[in-house]
Parts: sequence; C-alpha cells; structure tokens
Amino acid sequence: ELLLSPLPAGGIAATFQFRTRWDAAPGRVSHYRLFPKALGQLVAARGVRELHLALTQGFWRTRIWGQPPLQAPAGAELWVWFQDTVADVDKAWKELSNILSGIFCASLNFIDSTNSVTPTASFKPLGLANGTDHRLLRYAVLPREVVCTENLTPWKKLLPCGSKAGLAVLLKAERLFHSSYHSQAVHIRPICRDASCQAVSWELRQTLTVVFENFSGTQGKKDWSLFKMFSRTITEACPLASQSKIYVDTSVKDKELVEVTPSPTSLHEAIVQGEKRTYAVYDLLSPSLFNTSRSLNVQLKMTWPQDSCYIHYQPAQDRRRPHLLEMLIQLPANSVTKITIQFERALLKWTEYPPDPNHGFYFLPPSGALVPSVIAMKELDMEQSPLFTSL
Amino acid sequence: MAAPLVLALVAAVTVRAALFRSSLAAFISERVEVASPLNAWQRVVEGLALLDLGVSPYSGAVFHETPLMIYLFHFLIEYAELVFMVSGLASSDSLWSFSLVQFKKQKLLIELDKYASDVAELIRTPMEMHYIPLKVALCYLLNPYTVMSCVAKSTCSINNTVIAFFVLATIKGSAFLSAIFLALATYQSLYPVTLFAPALLYLLQRQFIPVKLKSKSFWLYTMQYAALYLCSLVVIICLSFFLLNSWDFIPAVYGFILSVPDLTPNIGLFWYFFAEMFEHFSLFFVCVFQINVFFYTVPLAVKLKEHPMFFMFVQLAIISIFKSYPTVGDVALYMAFLPVWSHLYRFLQNIFILSCVIVFCSLLFPVLWHLWIYAGSANSNFYYAITLAFNVGQILLISDYFYAFLRREYYLTHGLYLQRQDGTEAMLVLK
Repeated sequence: ELLLSPLPAGGIAATFQFRTRWDAAPGRVSHYRLFPKALGQLVAARGVRELHLALTQGFWRTRIWGQPPLQAPAGAELWVWFQDTVADVDKAWKELSNILSGIFCASLNFIDSTNSVTPTASFKPLGLANGTDHRLLRYAVLPREVVCTENLTPWKKLLPCGSKAGLAVLLKAERLFHSSYHSQAVHIRPICRDASCQAVSWELRQTLTVVFENFSGTQGKKDWSLFKMFSRTITEACPLASQSKIYVDTSVKDKELVEVTPSPTSLHEAIVQGEKRTYAVYDLLSPSLFNTSRSLNVQLKMTWPQDSCYIHYQPAQDRRRPHLLEMLIQLPANSVTKITIQFERALLKWTEYPPDPNHGFYFLPPSGALVPSVIAMKELDMEQSPLFTSL
Repeated sequence: MAAPLVLALVAAVTVRAALFRSSLAAFISERVEVASPLNAWQRVVEGLALLDLGVSPYSGAVFHETPLMIYLFHFLIEYAELVFMVSGLASSDSLWSFSLVQFKKQKLLIELDKYASDVAELIRTPMEMHYIPLKVALCYLLNPYTVMSCVAKSTCSINNTVIAFFVLATIKGSAFLSAIFLALATYQSLYPVTLFAPALLYLLQRQFIPVKLKSKSFWLYTMQYAALYLCSLVVIICLSFFLLNSWDFIPAVYGFILSVPDLTPNIGLFWYFFAEMFEHFSLFFVCVFQINVFFYTVPLAVKLKEHPMFFMFVQLAIISIFKSYPTVGDVALYMAFLPVWSHLYRFLQNIFILSCVIVFCSLLFPVLWHLWIYAGSANSNFYYAITLAFNVGQILLISDYFYAFLRREYYLTHGLYLQRQDGTEAMLVLK
C-alpha cells in the first residue's frame, strides 16, 4: 500500500507498506516462496521471534506536520524478541546484529553490550506471544547511522517483485534521498494464519516513509503528483501481489480541498488518530485503472474554496477625491486580522496649510460591518426581541 | 577592446547585484533624488495591482507610466531586477558603440588643410581616442547615480536605454531606427522631442545635404524624417490605446508631465516654486518653465549646426536639468558623454569648482532631507537651496563645456596663438 498525506505546511508524506506472509511451521523450514530467505533464516535458525529494525534520516517535525504515521528515532533502531529456546541471548544478539549489518549494509555491527539495553516495561511483543519474558528482549539505537542508497537497495531486494513492478518502482534513490525525512523499516512477527488461529504464519512488514517539501518559495504552489515526487509513474501492479492499493488523504483541512486526478477507484472513510478522514483509493489490481493510460500518475491539487472575497478600491486623486477601500473578508476564528496600507506624504502648496500644521493630519477611521455567518443565525421574532439582540 | 568592456560589465553587474541583496536597496528606492513620481518602482507596482483589481491604473493620481511600460512589467515582474540590470548594460553598450563609431569617424575627418598651421596639438590623436569608448562605458556603468537608479528600480534606466539606442541608431545613420527610438523616447517622457533637431542635423550631415533653408533636398529629407518619426509616434500611441482601451493615459502621463501637479521634492527646480506660488499665476509660470526646456533648441541648432553630436549632448543635458521631474538617472546619462569631449579639458575654466559643487550637493541632499523631514530642524528652503546649487552647478558645467567647444573651434580655424593686428597676444572673450 502507498499512503499519500498532504501535510499542513505544504509538503506531502508518502508511506509505503509491503506485507509478505509466510506460512511456515515453526522449526521446520520447507519452502520460502515469497519470503526472503535471508530473513527467513533469522527466524528459522537464529531463534528470532520478532524483529524490528528501522533506519531513519531526518527529523519528523511534529509541530508543523502533525503526528507521524509510523514513529522512528533518527539513526538505526533495532529491537528483537528472541524465542525462549535461545540459550545465550547476548551471544545471539551480537550475531544477529552482525548478520543484519551484512544484509542491510548498515553499520549495525557496532551494536554490542555498550549500547544495548533490556527494557522491562516499554516494549511488548507485537505479534503472537506466549507470555513475555523480558530477558529475551534486546533494544539498541545507533543515532549516528546515516541512511543512504546502500541501505535502500538490499531493502528493496527483499520485496517479492523487487523494484521492477508494483509500488516499489517509485522507490528511486535520487528522489528519496532529496527529501526532508526518510525512514525505512523491517518488521517480522508471528501472526495468526486465519481467524481460528490454529497455525502461525510469519509476517514481514517493510515500511518506508518519506516527506517531500516544496522549497520554491512561491505561496500557494502546493500541487503534487507521483511524477513530481518520485520522477516515476506506476505502469503495472506487482503480479505476485494479492492486494495493491494507493490511498490519498483527501480530508478537508483548514478549508483546503484536495482534488485528485485521475478519479479514484473508490472512497474510504476511517477514523484515524481521533479524526474522521476520507481517503481516495486506487486499486492497482482492478483492470479499469490502467485501461485509459499505460501509466498511473496520481496528481493532487490543493484548492481553496471560492468563497466571497470582494475588494472594491477607488484610488484618490490629489485635491479631488479621497481613497475608498471596501473589502469583504472572512475572519478566521480566535485570531487577529491586521490590514496595513502604505502611504506617501505629499508636499502641500502654501495655501493648503491648515492652522497648526505641526499637529499632523487626521486619517479617516475605517468603518466595518460584521456579517455573521449563516450557521450561527437563529430565527428571531423581530417584534418581540429586546434591544440588545439587534446590536 | 572587448575584454576591458566585458570586465567593466562584470564589475557593474557585481556591484548592482551586491546592492540589490543588501539592506541599502530599500533605503535607496525611497530617496526622492532617485525616484520621482514619474518613475518610482512602487508606483509601477501600484499600477500593476490596480490593473489586477480591474480598476484603471490611471484612476488614481499615483501612476504615471505609459501602457507599454505596464505591459512590459506585467510579464516581467518576477525578473524586475534582471530587467533593470540588463537595461543598464544595454545603455552602456550602446554608448560604447556610439563612441567607437564617433572615434572612427573622427579619424576620417582630419582635414588639416582647413585648419590653421599651429594647431597640431589640438587635433586629437588616435592614441588618445583609443580609450574613450571604454571610458564612456565605465562612466555610465560605475557612476554612482546610475547604480543608485538601477538599485532603486526606477524606470529612468529604461528611458536612458531607449535614448542610448536612439543615439546609437542616429550615429550609425539609420534614419528609420533613429525615428522609432526617438518616438519611443518621446512617448515615455515628453522632452526627448527636442532631440529631433540634433538627430536631423546629424543625418543631413551624413547624407552630405547642406542645411540651407532654400535647398529642396534639405526639406525633402526633413519631411521624410519627420514623417517617420510622427508615424511611429502615432502607431505607438494607438497601440497604447488598444492595450488599455482608453485614452486615460494621455492626461495621466503627458498632462502630468506638463502641468506638474505633484509637488514632491526632487532635484529639479519646479517643486518649490509651485509650492510657494499664488494660484493666479501658476498657469503662467508652468508655461514659462516648460518653454524653458524647449526654448534652447533653436538657438543651439543655429550655432551648432556643424556639430550635431555636441548639440545632442547639450540638448540631453538641458532636458535633464530643466525637465519637470528630474532624477539622478537623467544626470547620469549626459555625464556618460563627458569623456567623449575630454579633449576640451584644457579650455574648461571652472571644472574643479563645478565638480566640487556637484559632488558636495549630491552628498548634502540626503543630509538636508533628513534634517527637514525627520529631524524637523530644517525646512524646505534648505533642501531647495541644495537643489538650486546642484542645478546651477550643472548649468555652469554645460555652459563651460559649450564655451570650451566654441573656443576650440575658433582656435582650430584661427590658430592657437592669437595675435592682434599690432602683434601683441590676444585673449578670446565670449560676447
């Protein structure tokens, strides 16, 4: 899935999530199928029950952008729940960090006892678990780790279709690393195979969050498209995927409407982080999507609704008529609106000097009329209402 | 020759770019010496904003630019700084080419037999004249007046460019281009119409048509040139009418230039007079002041008909001094021509005093403005005193050059060491 969320300050956050499920009996490894063998061996032979590795570059600006979809600290973060069959957890942890360092070309081999801890209360297993023995948990963070193309390439290789088809074709390094925030993560956990939960499957969840900001400086240019963000468009869905969707957050924020082209396959509403949000859904597996054009380039346009903004200005003519400025504006709630006018002083002829000219000149004060919005009006019986309701 | 010019251009661009980015840019663009009601940048922005609002830009008393200028900036508003830098460079380039052509012509005009025998030291040698084009370009590019005018984004730079192109077209002998640029220059600010006379005299000289009132070819050529000029002017004015669909621009631009209703202080002579005048006489004095600009054309044409390029220079200077809303950009334009007449240096009598007057007045302008407007301890008389001194300095400078030019011509034909009938040394006196 790809989730595109326009951010309040004009940027856009793209979150990819790829989930691969491996139906394997624990302990007996038979057939990897779509699950990457390198990670499968960690589960099968190294006694890893849950693995969460996140590589992040940049800083999620919560004050400007809002809540992040997936939290991760800057640098490399690794926390692992081992299976209870593991005898020496520290030795297994050291070996695991070396293996992961080799798989992801990151310097995770610097993880050792000097920077690993065993939290007792902060982390709980995210998958199926038979009780939580905290001695099987290890956590380490390397804040100085830098994420670059060498980390992205092995990450992409873990995907079933690689970067050749589906949503992963958008993941090109030259655009992803020119972003304000980049976070890629790998999560492995055991899940129920079906509703009855008789058997256990392994789920590999690969997520990548990237934030693009527009630094062009011109106000109001907040239009985004897949091509503008990734310099690629999607040509086909991954044939191995059972589900491939793009979600675009089209909720109205601060009176801004988001228009998406081409028209989405469907609309989806959900309550996210306490707010009701609307998502436009593009289903890449539906045949109608690639019917009209061979490639899909989702475009977002931010538009302000055209409410009445009326300005009438009649400039002055010296010694003949004054300025007239009438404006109809909507004042946002709980705010202060300032209107400034720049003026130049003119030299007066000697006959035009008023008495006591050093006193200065008077400006005509503005007069305003408040037009209450229709929603706040109540029906009033005008004949019986007392005086103060008409003020 | 091209390499030093390129170096000068690079230096000029650097200076302007540095000033654009500094905090001085805002300060300079507010100075009344640099931005007049006719060519201030804030007024252009105001006019464009009024146009966007749907109101005619000329409905207020603020905007006095021509419609062609509005449309130029309508499309180039994002690149305004670049436009002004390019126009400055274009002017300097055309002035450079003008001096180059002038210098080449000078080489051909060495008619030694017409001159007296001992005037060899007065004739300009090619060695001396080699560096004049570069000096002209430098004099325009690095003149503080031009730099300030460009940084303030005053449309005076664009007017100067048009006039520079006109001068270049005239000296190259192309009557058609010269008429077109003169029409544009007149359309922008009314006064370059007086440059018609020197341009005509130069083109006649180039065609070897003698200036005699009885000669048919003289009248024929004059009619041709005048027709070209008037037709281009009419075309440009009609184009402006169609751009904005009204004739509002004529009273707003030309009526404003001629009737001087806005009395914002500037480096000219009009504002104080009209602020202190009785209403009864204002029309009379407006006419007198405006005639003053146009009046000198005829006597100068009679005196300088053999030397139309010098006439052009003096006419430009007269326009810059006596126009209704002069700015330092106009002063910079005629000052760029001074290196062309550097051979007159030995005949100039007051050059030191006059250059001191001009420099000191330029430095005192902001001081007295501050004292008048902000400190409140001076009044408009102080500022007008400096304006008067500055203009008197300019007038004396031009008359000094004029006198020097006439003296040199006299010496060329009568010999350098004048002698009276009885053999004693004679002095040349202007009567």
